[in-house]
Amino acid sequence: MSMFKIVEKEHFSENVVKLVVEAPMIAQSRRPGHFVIVRTGEGGERIPLTIADADLKRGTITLVIQAIGESTRKICALETGDCLTDIVGPLGQATHIEKVGTVVCCGGGVGVAPLLPIIKAMKEAGNRVVSILAARTSELIILEKEVAEFSDEVIFMTDDGSKGQKGLVTAGVEAVIEREKVDLVVAIGPAVMMKFVALTTKKHDVPTMVSLNTIMVDGTGMCGACRVTVDGKTKFVCIDGPEFDAHKVDFDEMIMRLKAYN
Amino acid sequence: MNTDNNRDAKWREELRSALSAKERTSIPRAVIPQLDPKFRVHSNHEVNQGLSQAQAVLEATRCLDCPDPQCIQGCPVSIAIPTFIKNIERGEILTAAKVLKQTSALPAVCGRVCPQEKQCESRCIYNKMKKQPVAIGYLERFAADFERENIKANNIELRPSAVEKNGMNIAVVGSGPAGLSFAGDMIKKGYNVTVYEALHEIGGVLKYGIPEFRLPNVVVEAEIDGLRAEGVNFVKDCVIGKTISYDQLHQLGYDGIFVASGAGLPRFMGIPGENFIGIMSANEYLTRINLMGAGRPGEDTPVLKGNRVAVIGGGNTAMDSVRTALRQGSKTAMIVYRRSLEEMPARVEEVHHAQEEGVEFMTLCNPIEYLADEKGRVRAMKVQRMELGEPDASGRRSPVPIEGAIEEIEVDLVIVSVGVSPNPLIPNAIPELEISRRGTIVVNEESMRSSIYDIYAGGDIVRGGATVILAMGDGRRAAAAMDKELMKQEK
Repeated sequence: MSMFKIVEKEHFSENVVKLVVEAPMIAQSRRPGHFVIVRTGEGGERIPLTIADADLKRGTITLVIQAIGESTRKICALETGDCLTDIVGPLGQATHIEKVGTVVCCGGGVGVAPLLPIIKAMKEAGNRVVSILAARTSELIILEKEVAEFSDEVIFMTDDGSKGQKGLVTAGVEAVIEREKVDLVVAIGPAVMMKFVALTTKKHDVPTMVSLNTIMVDGTGMCGACRVTVDGKTKFVCIDGPEFDAHKVDFDEMIMRLKAYN
Repeated sequence: MNTDNNRDAKWREELRSALSAKERTSIPRAVIPQLDPKFRVHSNHEVNQGLSQAQAVLEATRCLDCPDPQCIQGCPVSIAIPTFIKNIERGEILTAAKVLKQTSALPAVCGRVCPQEKQCESRCIYNKMKKQPVAIGYLERFAADFERENIKANNIELRPSAVEKNGMNIAVVGSGPAGLSFAGDMIKKGYNVTVYEALHEIGGVLKYGIPEFRLPNVVVEAEIDGLRAEGVNFVKDCVIGKTISYDQLHQLGYDGIFVASGAGLPRFMGIPGENFIGIMSANEYLTRINLMGAGRPGEDTPVLKGNRVAVIGGGNTAMDSVRTALRQGSKTAMIVYRRSLEEMPARVEEVHHAQEEGVEFMTLCNPIEYLADEKGRVRAMKVQRMELGEPDASGRRSPVPIEGAIEEIEVDLVIVSVGVSPNPLIPNAIPELEISRRGTIVVNEESMRSSIYDIYAGGDIVRGGATVILAMGDGRRAAAAMDKELMKQEK
């Protein structure tokens, strides 16, 4: 009876998969920044995934998953026609979108997927959008075309220099801030990347927003597994977030807590 | 099947005159068979095994069938207690079960988890005679279990009750005890009822919170199947206020909404080190194990294990957590509670079971800081020793720190069970809804109606953190009031 049927699957790279899944109710209520909790199989774990896109006509949502553990590997192994056992959402607070001027959107690895709806919405709100896509190597850059469609400029940063400039995302951010007035930075990617983007923009006093992907169980505020310290106070990523002021997040604690089950 | 509550019915008069009060009161209260503590701490089997039929009939014989039964007053859902007990005495167990179902959607659950010693049994006439009260809870459980086993053994097909449908649609938010109780009453009144659940399983706290050894899932499942057979529609994976908005519920044609979304938000103490790895809420710990099956073969969800586990708090959830820790293989499991054993809010039976199983009780102790190893994993807690001072607002003697009495205690897993706050999802999603300072939905105490005309609410989202039976009582009252209101509008 499951209605969460996979209607399209695309391999972005060996370990990164895009799934377009039937979830009409979520498709119509989701906004940029929202996430869902997904479960695969009867003994499946509940894991949070950010929504990359939605198609109202088809009643679908798009998820981008990187196989890093047991549960994500199971999801990535599903094929078109298969069903996800459970999807619940949209959860979390939607991104606050307004016209602020110039917005730099930094995406690291699969973080580009949840960044895409924010890029779109920021552009539609009338902002100048400069997107910086960063990855270890060129094959791991995803959604390049889609990002370019809604950005005034796209900068690529790779660790090995195989695409764009060689270097970390922070170098790209720094370069843009030095050449023009930046009003907002949005960074989504691995925790350590967001930490260093936050440190960089703090130096220049540019407001910065990050979307955190912590361990969760229910995703509705019930368990507290996702708690992070923001501005000295404990917050729940699932209901208070997932987006927070990057300059106030205790990234070291967050990175430590991500290793709870490693 | 005659479920008549008339005390003057012929069979009841005959039953009463069959034995004298003296003969009845001379029977000792039944002792419920329990699994050996040494065996049960290594298993998930239910601790209380339930009365045999002979035991139940004998226990039912103790009940004096009082002319003015006070036990009913002590029951939040006003079960016709003497009627069901006398049906057990005369051997009409299935009728007894039907009597229970008239007022309680979940008798097999209530018979297990209700604090009867504070409710029905506390009002029993036997207390006045300085004797142990009639074991109403054990009898409730017996009748409900008997019915369930009878249905299973005889492959009886459950059918909806023959009520004429009134064509009106009701949405229920949350499938815990308040929501199920409300749904059960409304379906019997002829409404179309849909229950929305955020999780992937129906049952709310009965599934994610209360452990198998106290409330087996098959018992909960059977009660839910009963409601399903009556025609209640269940939708899982759906968060009202997120997946479907309040306005959309109207577009879907709902005439009334009952919010029973529970006490979703675990409280922490706000002390240094509380976010170290290995410190989690009781909600997280119990959800991982009860709902997600962590530690069982074929289940992907992990849970941290500890050799020395401290559970902070003294309520039923704390007892559930500490006893779960023992079953997860911890060598030492302790309760850390800031008052004394006497003030502990947990049921006496749960404390007793925990003691039998070897749980250590560190009372008059309050954690003030956690310490971790270089990887951020908790390794010790600092506790402040307390002594009891003057009574506080709750009437309990309040704990006061003993100056300088701070100890460091080695622990590798800490479960924080110091209460929950109401889940903010619904209050956030419906800004017009009147919310108390504590974050609970404000309702009229009689009707359970909120500040919005078609929204009623009950259970922990209104109470902030109470019991299964109080939540069920809310569901019943809300159903009665909503029905009255909708019928009035209809005319």
